[in-house]
Amino acid sequence: MKQEMIHRDPDDFPIGEEILRMSGITKVYGNGVLANENVNFSVKKGEIHAIMGENGAGKSTLMKILFGNEQPDRGEICFKGRTQTIESPKKAVELGIGMVYQHFNLAESLTVAENIVVGQEPGRGILFRQKSAYDAVEELARKYAFDIDPKSRVRDLSVGKKQKVEILKILYRNSELIILDEPTAVLTPQETEELFHQLLLLKQNGYTIIFISHKINEVKTICDRMTIIRAGKTRGTYEISELSANDISVLMVGRDVVQKIEKPAAKPGKTVLSARDLRYRNEHGAVMLDGVSFDLRQGEILGVAGVEGSGQRELAEAVSGMLRPEGGAVYLDGREITGKTPGEVRALGFSHIHEDRMTYGVAKNVSITENLIANRCASPELGGKAFFDGKKTSALAQKLVEEYQIVCKTPSVPAGMLSGGNIQKVVVAREMSVEPQVLLANQPTRGIDVGAVEFIHERLIRDSREKGCAVLLISSDLNEVLEMSDSLLVMYKGHISGYFADVSALTEQELGLYMLGLKRQSEQELKEALHEKV
Amino acid sequence: MKKFKLDFNLIRTLIAIGIALLLALIIILLTSDEPWAAFGYFIAGPLRNPKRFANVIEAMLPLVFTGLSVSIIARTGVFNLASEGSLFIGGAVAALCGVLLPLPSVISPVVILLIGGLAGMLALLIPTLLRVKWNANEIVSSLMLNYVLYYLGTFLIRTFVRDPDSGYLQSTAFHAEADLPVIIPGTRIHAGAAVALICVVALYLFLFRSRLGYKIRMVGENPKFSFYSGIPYALSIFAAQAVAGFVCGLGGATEMLGMFDCYKWTGLPGYGWDGIIVATLARNNPAWVPLGAFFLAYMRVGADIMTRMTDVQNEVVSIIQGVVIILLVAESFLAGWKKRRTFKEATEGVQLEGGAKA
Repeated sequence: MKQEMIHRDPDDFPIGEEILRMSGITKVYGNGVLANENVNFSVKKGEIHAIMGENGAGKSTLMKILFGNEQPDRGEICFKGRTQTIESPKKAVELGIGMVYQHFNLAESLTVAENIVVGQEPGRGILFRQKSAYDAVEELARKYAFDIDPKSRVRDLSVGKKQKVEILKILYRNSELIILDEPTAVLTPQETEELFHQLLLLKQNGYTIIFISHKINEVKTICDRMTIIRAGKTRGTYEISELSANDISVLMVGRDVVQKIEKPAAKPGKTVLSARDLRYRNEHGAVMLDGVSFDLRQGEILGVAGVEGSGQRELAEAVSGMLRPEGGAVYLDGREITGKTPGEVRALGFSHIHEDRMTYGVAKNVSITENLIANRCASPELGGKAFFDGKKTSALAQKLVEEYQIVCKTPSVPAGMLSGGNIQKVVVAREMSVEPQVLLANQPTRGIDVGAVEFIHERLIRDSREKGCAVLLISSDLNEVLEMSDSLLVMYKGHISGYFADVSALTEQELGLYMLGLKRQSEQELKEALHEKV
Repeated sequence: MKKFKLDFNLIRTLIAIGIALLLALIIILLTSDEPWAAFGYFIAGPLRNPKRFANVIEAMLPLVFTGLSVSIIARTGVFNLASEGSLFIGGAVAALCGVLLPLPSVISPVVILLIGGLAGMLALLIPTLLRVKWNANEIVSSLMLNYVLYYLGTFLIRTFVRDPDSGYLQSTAFHAEADLPVIIPGTRIHAGAAVALICVVALYLFLFRSRLGYKIRMVGENPKFSFYSGIPYALSIFAAQAVAGFVCGLGGATEMLGMFDCYKWTGLPGYGWDGIIVATLARNNPAWVPLGAFFLAYMRVGADIMTRMTDVQNEVVSIIQGVVIILLVAESFLAGWKKRRTFKEATEGVQLEGGAKA
């Protein structure tokens, strides 16, 4: 008794009425983290409602509960006037709730249409009618101005297009409440603009959207109301039109945040890290590094911008010793380090904040203390030749926990118990406190709260200015690279498409053009990134 | 929080043991004509006279060595299962030396124990080398290696020190100087107990206090993290397995010199496998290994007594072992209870905080 899916508009509930109410939600995770405490949250039909809060504040948990991924320990969810128990995402979808995660769940080798209809395929019995799938998706895409070909394979799509497939998937399932978890994190400025246009169109058609974001100006642009979550509790719901950007940031962190980064002018010294003509292909044969060359000088912050997957990861791994490039060379302080192990590179005064803090940055099950000493296995300050001195390691951990404001009961708790921002602070504390000559900071503030971001930025600037540390800052957060960098490299498809000696003269729009490969500097201009002959 | 976790694991282990014993009781009730007597011998038998209790200590000694060895191996994340063969070859080589090496007393057992340890170490490093060098699955290679080591050991005994007057494979007598002396008169508890104790302390310190032990734990805990941090992978794995192999070989040699006056093992003794049970009970922590070994040895001796005195077979121990291990390995056993306690603690803390503020 398979029903043909026919798309219908969400019109059986009056606009402006309260479509969703979550009340008294309390959630404690198995590791004792109280993620939500008596949270109250409601959304009106037909609005775009922002949820803002620092990372670890409990936004994701609340959304996981709403979408049935987690069960609340207490509290009630009322959807369209009826109290519901949402025991699984399947139930959520049946009710008409859809969610787009930050990381997409798509079958790469199937077509757009197949991905969209999966689970509710048009057809009879066991037969799948591909034609009707294409037609249905095409109509849906046309209606909401999604520029996408239903017949193309998902693996050939850009990140922005994949996100559109996810949204269409939700629309196809007749969801009327759409949850978007930091949808713009992976998009270029141009793609973000396009997404906003579509979201407004959906809103006009009576859809309700919950928009989770860190970015204040985006929320100002498209949202009607916002709810602030701080430390697991809701701190109120506001009309966006009544708030200034500054008001929002104050509400989010509970204090004033300096939005503009104070940064004394850089006085670059001698070159300490050089890359020359780095080349690398990944296991699939895709060219990830295509002749990358640059110099990094003492006391400067050199940013690396680019759409994710343009070779930044491979660049980071090549200079840190985690990957052996197929061609080219890396020099640290005049010595060639190509092909050396991470341990050998670190011994020469190199530190590395890895972009993936959960997999590479920490060992989750061991204590904060033991995570903090990982790059000091041979340090004579921590004991004798064979044994660590427990008092000295504890003292070091205590000092770093205080200095880097890592919020924890004691440094002996497992690192995995901390929130994202605090785990990142553990990584940053470990890597910066050895006072390296070169610090590779790869996505140093991704997905952490504003307070922690500000703290890490201050430390980076201080170390580069006062201690002469050379910082290579790789980030997909445009604001971050623009605000923090003295000079900037832009990567596109494994090569450097632009070098800007003075970042303050560069606009976000201009940067976007280089990131998308629409503009590229000449060889001569790119040579300016090289300060030294090797 | 940490304290609670510790309690939780301990309570979980005790409950698992309780359930297994209950199951054993039910089986005994169903199969025996004198169930209560049988269960009584099983549970309290070893306590009824000092000699039997001494038997428990004797039986637990080799389990301490293999339990320690498996604990360290498990910490590295490379599951080398050659502890059995490693212990065996340590024992066989010790027997060889016991017959062939004329050394003065005191020096003799020390030297032989060290040689046995080295033999065990070399044996355990074979699968490790294959793993690190050629990425050969260590589970398969180490399992197979146990048989190779067994036949190698019996070959050595048969060829060089076989007692020609004996009907089955047995060596001629060890030099008297090679003997590990009995340290508690009236029992067979020998100086190997002191060696075991030293190993427990040394390995605890090695694993949790030394720089190398730290590296070993980090490599096992998260190989990507340690690679990125510059901790040498191959070196750490090698060091851990070398130490584990040495302890195994030492255990075999200790058993050989302490309990026997000539080689008379008739097959692989099985202590390596028991080591896995002990390490599981001890959650791979050297400090808990003696307790795990004691538990297992106590059950074995109790079951033996039960078998001798009543009509129940000692295979009941295998059932108990099986149930305990399954319950301990099953992650979700009692997880709900832990969750509720965690929830209670977390919310209680919150109310306290709220109260303090108000």
